[in-house]
Amino acid sequence: MKKWQCIVCGFVYDEAVGMPWDGIAAGTSWDDIPADWVCPDCGVGKEDFEMTEI
Amino acid sequence: MMAPVVILGTGLAGYTLARELRKLDAERPLLLISQDDGRSYSKPMLSNALSKGKTADALAMATPETMAEQLKATVRAGATVSAIDAAAKTISVDGETISYSDLVLAVGADVFRPPLAGDACDQVYSVNDLEDYARFRAVLGEDKQRKVLIIGGGLIGCEFANDLAASGFPVSLVEPMGRPLPTLLPERASSAVAEGLESLGVQFHFGASVTAVNKAASGVVVTLADGAEVQADIVLSAIGLRPRTGLAQAAGLEVARGIVTNRLLQTSNANIYALGDCAEVEGKVLMYVLPLMAAARALAKTLAGTPTPVSYPAMPVQIKTPVCPVVVSPVAPQTAGAWQIEADGQNVKACFTSESGQLLGFALTGSFASNMQVKSELARALPPILQ
Repeated sequence: MKKWQCIVCGFVYDEAVGMPWDGIAAGTSWDDIPADWVCPDCGVGKEDFEMTEI
Repeated sequence: MMAPVVILGTGLAGYTLARELRKLDAERPLLLISQDDGRSYSKPMLSNALSKGKTADALAMATPETMAEQLKATVRAGATVSAIDAAAKTISVDGETISYSDLVLAVGADVFRPPLAGDACDQVYSVNDLEDYARFRAVLGEDKQRKVLIIGGGLIGCEFANDLAASGFPVSLVEPMGRPLPTLLPERASSAVAEGLESLGVQFHFGASVTAVNKAASGVVVTLADGAEVQADIVLSAIGLRPRTGLAQAAGLEVARGIVTNRLLQTSNANIYALGDCAEVEGKVLMYVLPLMAAARALAKTLAGTPTPVSYPAMPVQIKTPVCPVVVSPVAPQTAGAWQIEADGQNVKACFTSESGQLLGFALTGSFASNMQVKSELARALPPILQ
């Protein structure tokens, strides 16, 4: 399980936690998140994230 | 050759629009013009870079050359646009006349500077872009004994107070209203933020504005309207931003608080658009990243041939004060309704509802602000800003 961080605002997506309240189950890998998903805090797209330390 | 789409500004608004446009149209000539050095960076990261150990250079994600290559665009950095001729569809850039097919103003905002007396006003810094930040960090240096005085307890002032204090600098903060984030938060939530920042050693001076900054034997002495004097080594002013409207106004475009646009982000001239901090979209000036991203996506579609009005859902604002995180969906002044507040120390959940029970705004601090589920559920219960 990895964590991914938004390079614009710092929001962290933790694969282990997911975002179940937004329909993304815990354990969902980054690759399986839809391409049109955007950062909930600042609205940038998936391509603007980079991986942080696990 | 077809005249390019010209984007003035290479901040988040300009570069994001260019990137979104390239997803839809790989061929149309594109020219970006920047008055700064054209490096790509995220402005929200400026106010928490110090405690993350990042220098100004480390915040730069790409050079203008890299951006030009990625965007298949021309990027002119360090260039000044002196005029727009809307009738001729040209701009004047450092004495050269350049034609555009569509022009986009993504020129951002200027810091508002208070009129200050004293002989050390040139030592009052503000941080509004990456180059400002590099200057501020150079002046700040590494000596953690140096006292920083921040003018303004709004979003930027509080974020910098947290970042500097958490990094070990003694920080004092002057806010004329009696509490931090006075225009964004209800009192109880402001108290939580004040307590959090005080726990890092931040000293607040509430109730008086700064009137003068004078040289002292060491550093400067800052005089407040109530006569108090505060010693400091560095002064950072963070009292607000004003949309840059001068170029648009001189070109005869309609300007109010910002450059006036409709929901297509179109100004009063059909071939000139505006987005980001400089724009007033349907009467709203929203200087945050979420509205900017929504605007960039809509405008990219419009420029690619599918006119697309921008929609703004509810867009809560994150305030990066890690000692006491804050998420707020502000309530406009004079709105009818009442706050319901649940609080435990620095953890506050405040919801503002109308008489009929409709949620109109909220403020979360501490553990409530860190709880993504609470935040997400509240955001969904809010009415959209522009449907």
